Amino acid sequence: MTQLQVTEKLAILADAAKYDASCASSGTVKRSSSKSGGIGSTEGMGICHAYAPDGRCISLLKILLTNSCIFDCHYCINRKSSNVRRARFTPKEVVDLTLNFYKRNYIEGLFLSSGIIKSSNYTMEQIVEVARSLREDHDFRGYIHLKTIPDADPELLEAAGRHADRLSINVELPTREGLNRLAPEKSEERIESAMGGLKTSILDGRDAKKKYRSAPNFAPAGQSTQMIVGADAATDSDIVRRANGLYDRFGLRRVYYSAFSPIPDASAVLPLQRPPLMREHRLYQSDWLMRFYGFAPQEVVDAAQADGMLPLDIDPKLAWALKHRGQFPVDVNRAPKEMLWRVPGLGIKAVRAILNARRWRRLRLEDVGRLTVSIAKIRPFLIADGWTPGALTDLEHLRASVAPKTEQLELFA
Amino acid sequence: MITARIAAEDDFDGWRNQCRGLMRLGARPADVVWQVGEQRTDLFASAEASLEAAPIGVPKGFAELARSVICHSDPERFGLLYQLLIDLKARQRHMGDEADPLLRKLEMMAKNVRRDIHKMRAFLRFRRVEEEGGETGGEEHFVAWFEPEHHIVRTNAAFFVRRFAGMKWSILTPSLTIHWDRQTLLEASAKLKTDAPTEDSVEDQWKTYYSSIFNPARLKVNAMLKEMPKKYWHNMPETALVTELIQSARNREVAMIEKDIVPMVADTLATLRAEADRCRRCPLYGPATQLVFGEGPADARLMFVGEQPGDQEDRAGRPFVGPAGQIFDAALAQAGVDRTQSYVTNAVKHFKFRPEGKKRIHERPNVSEINHCRWWLKREIELVKPELIVALGATAALSLTGRSLPITASRGQVFESLEGVPVLVTIHPSYLLRLPDAKAAERERLQFVADLESAQRRLYR
Repeated sequence: MTQLQVTEKLAILADAAKYDASCASSGTVKRSSSKSGGIGSTEGMGICHAYAPDGRCISLLKILLTNSCIFDCHYCINRKSSNVRRARFTPKEVVDLTLNFYKRNYIEGLFLSSGIIKSSNYTMEQIVEVARSLREDHDFRGYIHLKTIPDADPELLEAAGRHADRLSINVELPTREGLNRLAPEKSEERIESAMGGLKTSILDGRDAKKKYRSAPNFAPAGQSTQMIVGADAATDSDIVRRANGLYDRFGLRRVYYSAFSPIPDASAVLPLQRPPLMREHRLYQSDWLMRFYGFAPQEVVDAAQADGMLPLDIDPKLAWALKHRGQFPVDVNRAPKEMLWRVPGLGIKAVRAILNARRWRRLRLEDVGRLTVSIAKIRPFLIADGWTPGALTDLEHLRASVAPKTEQLELFA
Repeated sequence: MITARIAAEDDFDGWRNQCRGLMRLGARPADVVWQVGEQRTDLFASAEASLEAAPIGVPKGFAELARSVICHSDPERFGLLYQLLIDLKARQRHMGDEADPLLRKLEMMAKNVRRDIHKMRAFLRFRRVEEEGGETGGEEHFVAWFEPEHHIVRTNAAFFVRRFAGMKWSILTPSLTIHWDRQTLLEASAKLKTDAPTEDSVEDQWKTYYSSIFNPARLKVNAMLKEMPKKYWHNMPETALVTELIQSARNREVAMIEKDIVPMVADTLATLRAEADRCRRCPLYGPATQLVFGEGPADARLMFVGEQPGDQEDRAGRPFVGPAGQIFDAALAQAGVDRTQSYVTNAVKHFKFRPEGKKRIHERPNVSEINHCRWWLKREIELVKPELIVALGATAALSLTGRSLPITASRGQVFESLEGVPVLVTIHPSYLLRLPDAKAAERERLQFVADLESAQRRLYR
């Protein structure tokens, strides 16, 4: 097995993995190699070791074990009927690549996924073997994220959870109709029952850990999922509701959105078009509103337009505020945290700073200005010492005055 | 003046000790000169600050902030922190008051230091060198070169120990070197970039990975630059690929998406007019009867641009045929300009009005409407290629030059259009209709004719 062959496989199997959006390496337990003399550490917050020109961070070695697949999902470049070149790593090759990259500080760890070959169980065994070898043969303490195959035996999922920091099962599409049409061999019931099983194992693992310090970890960074945006007819409102249901029912850490990219050799069922990147971005923002800013899912849905889509030119928080002008302006010296969170342009950190600072002084507009990026956009929504927006909040063209100016074409010198 | 010395740029303990002494002396921040190491920076300093002093209590959060700020590269940091300490003790500032300008400034410095620490953890790259001979023989040794912005190397060493405990490694920087031999951490003097290895066989695989994981259908170059500023690039092997990846991505995406969509740019006035007829860029197309496009020979040397069609133009579908058009025609004749040899158009191509009973009252187009319509005017100018354009009134002048010119002060003068064509500014003929005083109107009319004559003269000069 020469170096060149591994590099060639890497090109094919990294290329095949790039449509998966997740790369997070955060939220796991703290580990280090200083006592064991092994290699690797995790410190809670993951590190992005590089950025590609697509704006995505590179944190993990994200590859497929193989891109051969017995399924024929239309949106997927690796589907059975696709013409792409196929390749397959041995578990040892993946282990060596991971260690070689890790030792040079290129990555935080491994995100391993795979097409399904022979059977779900066979594929899952191979994936688990990579994680086992890294942990047991090489004392690797970096981050491991394993994509889990819904139909594999529970014992295999159990083994995956013991070695991995995070497990994920993709729901693939936001609606059942979309899944039936574009991924005919997959079923929502099976996907969801596997996610339910993982949830139980993760919670059991956490309970055991509380009682016995020596109990083994089970996926301490929890589980996540991904859905593809723009490949079916689902509106943003549909997606937000579905995501919220998934968070509630399966205790997910993250729902990832992946704008459907025109893939080379795309299936004829799907049109070629520019991936809806801004839509993906707005969905992530709405995700943030629900997870950190105290917005109920229905409120995010309220921010959408009549056609169920979030506005693309302004962020969902601003869209909500413009629709609920009666709740503004908000008094920066008196309003509760929850209301300050709703002010467009005030982030979690800025609100925390405001709450701290106002214990010591009455805040003027310029004080708020020091705590935020731009005061001009926030001004119409705030009352501060010596400042009331007057009729500003009610202006017809408020949207135009606070919406971002049309972006210049991206230049790169 | 008191000189306070500390041992090194990141010597927090030394700084704290000096503060204790300074506070016992009652030294004001303005009277203290801070010095690092042996170098003298202020010749006028007279007294030396004492070293020993009793510990001082500080509010919660201060020590943590100070530990970060000490690592900043700004030489003012020692004094600023001492200032904050004094003010905190005097209860003139409070740690929680994040809107306080000094506290805010120090918080931002701490944030920059934390960011630098994080970026070093992210962007440092080891290269493997093979140890020669020795008892262990052929042992792996990983060496990195890194240039931090702030004095963070010592603070950051523990991270690399936690992560790479089982490896022998060295990190070389312009200020100091740290070695880890799997047991102990050693410090050594600064090194040069040339002391670090220049290649590693795994880098080709890493570059292969970098270019394969990149999705060429998504280009977000600014997002990349925000998180990975170019100042870090020279020590990261993969960044050598970025320019090429972006270029090929643009080509690939275009090839993939626009395979059979050839962008249509109208190349004659007739097709341009047909396109403009379908224009929905602004709402003016709605109430108007029809598009009023420019007219005249495609090779006209002189172009006239008015404001927008009026009531009669809107019905006729032709520019300058109403009352103002008649004044315009008469003035042209008097000035000896042949309208049939000129191209006549408007800045805005649809009639904007408000209904008043049966009447339709002219309303000025706003900036947004003018801007939306500018595309069509631009294409007219590019196709006709006039030698001179006459801007009739403020709207035309704004649209053509991008500047709001006061007409009475600018009339008769020549400016330049955004395309670089000379623009002679004059009044709009409808202005003459609005002047109540007949004598004044006649004076203005003659001036208008003079402007037109001057335009004509410029052409035949």
